[in-house]
Amino acid sequence: MLKRSLAQRSWSTARFGSLLAAPPEIRLFSVLNRPPPNYEGHVPLTTIERGALAVGSALGSLLNPRRHDLIAALGEATATPYFIYRLRNAMLASPTGRRILRDRPRITSQTLSMPYLRTLPPNTVGRTYAAWLDREGVSPDTRDQVRYIDNEECAYVMQRYRECHDFSHALTGLPVFIEGEIALKGFEYANTLLPMTGLSLTAVLRLKKAERERFFSTYLPWALANGFKAKEVINVYWEEQLETDVDDLRAELGVEKPPDLRDTRKMLREKRKAEKAAKEAKDRIGGLKDA
Amino acid sequence: MNQSFRSLIRRPANAHALSRPQYRYYAITRPRFQHFQNQPSSTSSSKDERTTHFGFETVAESLKESRVGAVFSSVASSYDTMNDLMSLGIHRLWKDHFVRSLNPGSNSTTSATAKAQPGWKILDIAGGTGDIAFRLLDHASTIHSDHSTHVTVADINPEMLAEGRKRALQTPYHNSDQLSFVETNAEDLTMIPSNSIDLYTVAFGIRNFTHKDAALREASRVLKPGGVFACLEFSKVQNPVFNEVYKRWSFSAIPLIGQLVAGDRDSYQYLVESIEKFPNQTEFRDMIKEAGFMVPGKGWEDLTDGIAAIHKGVKPLP
Repeated sequence: MLKRSLAQRSWSTARFGSLLAAPPEIRLFSVLNRPPPNYEGHVPLTTIERGALAVGSALGSLLNPRRHDLIAALGEATATPYFIYRLRNAMLASPTGRRILRDRPRITSQTLSMPYLRTLPPNTVGRTYAAWLDREGVSPDTRDQVRYIDNEECAYVMQRYRECHDFSHALTGLPVFIEGEIALKGFEYANTLLPMTGLSLTAVLRLKKAERERFFSTYLPWALANGFKAKEVINVYWEEQLETDVDDLRAELGVEKPPDLRDTRKMLREKRKAEKAAKEAKDRIGGLKDA
Repeated sequence: MNQSFRSLIRRPANAHALSRPQYRYYAITRPRFQHFQNQPSSTSSSKDERTTHFGFETVAESLKESRVGAVFSSVASSYDTMNDLMSLGIHRLWKDHFVRSLNPGSNSTTSATAKAQPGWKILDIAGGTGDIAFRLLDHASTIHSDHSTHVTVADINPEMLAEGRKRALQTPYHNSDQLSFVETNAEDLTMIPSNSIDLYTVAFGIRNFTHKDAALREASRVLKPGGVFACLEFSKVQNPVFNEVYKRWSFSAIPLIGQLVAGDRDSYQYLVESIEKFPNQTEFRDMIKEAGFMVPGKGWEDLTDGIAAIHKGVKPLP
């Protein structure tokens, strides 16, 4: 509220001075004279640029979901004015969240040693995470840097959210293809309220009919129910939870594991194959009978 | 960088940082590790190494070539789409006009000099994807029925050359001896013999060279006496109102389109900064004159009010 009223005040000299001194969130600046960056890689955008980035990246990522950099840009463009601040405040309200903001840990293949994770006992968070990364064939290094969020602390919150996305996959057991990703985005929307996660749900348009039915009947209700009632997943200090039992962590957070999507799809695929083989056999025998 | 009127009444950037009001957070988090801190970028390796500009950044001269190389390796695959989006398709008109005004090709049946030496020898520098080269060859074959003109496409970047070779497959020249590709630095054309080229073209390339004067001197060396040096490059817009619109499009929309289409904001930020850093029309004409060329008329032709300009020079006869 304060931000909007500052911009709308009259252009007297006193106000002008305070406007010029303000940080990029409320200062009006020209694209030819951007304020200095707040962190490495920071690009201060004007409101029009942010709007154009939001619209463009929304369309681009819908048309080509492999453009993870556009999904990231959509998240950053739509996170302000309110949502990333709410998430940051949720972190500040919890002791673990405050510690994360103070330590600012980063998740890369250097900081999280995969061979060590693989040696952990089964059903620990670390082992489940490593197993999930191996199963899906991804690495922790693929996350883009946050560039378009002006507040430095909120930029870190966004970066942390992005880097913990894989841990959320491990926590819920959802796979990396589009059906699992959309279900996880639904969960993240209910849990973090970031607009990009909600907007990503439009990707249901790209699902096949059976996948859509499964999504609306099982996974979306699971995602919304669990996301809202669970504790803030952003406050989990994953680096310290690597040796905890994953079921204990799920119980503590209040997250139920949804039906395993890979197993369901495999089962349905095999059932379809068996039915097809039976039908072909029947046709062949039927043919021989007539001959 | 040009200081706009508004920047004169604004406080300078460092005063802004010092007088930023302190916001009251629940807790001031001081990160233990230096992530998300404003790191000063240290680019030069030693104090006595010469520096040059890379966009608005200052880099050591030895590093500029590899930085530019990285930019063009990154943009090579979406080069044409991005050119169309950034210039709204107008770059095609510029290139067409450039080639037509050069009028390459000569018909051996109608020209006595052409009978002795059929076809032009053309060197297209920084011509990686072949935009200009194909236009030159098409002009020679269709307008002058000249099928002996030879174009050598030279580029320092292998990815751009690979794009050019790929696109050449769609033309009638890929199997002929009218087109060849060579990977070289324009400042050092040792594989091209002196006084052997009729026409030297460089389109939207010279802006990226570390040493433009060295490239101009090499151009002067390889051209025959009477040969033509032609350069199509971004330049300064003449009309001040249009210039303001153009600058805002450059610094705002182009990096944004780069992010959306090519996934690379930084390369396009470099591109618009390098346009800003390039000398204006008169300065560049004087550089061409200094390299030993005779410059016809005022020396350049503005396109779209100066967004691009065609500079020409002729190597004088001895």
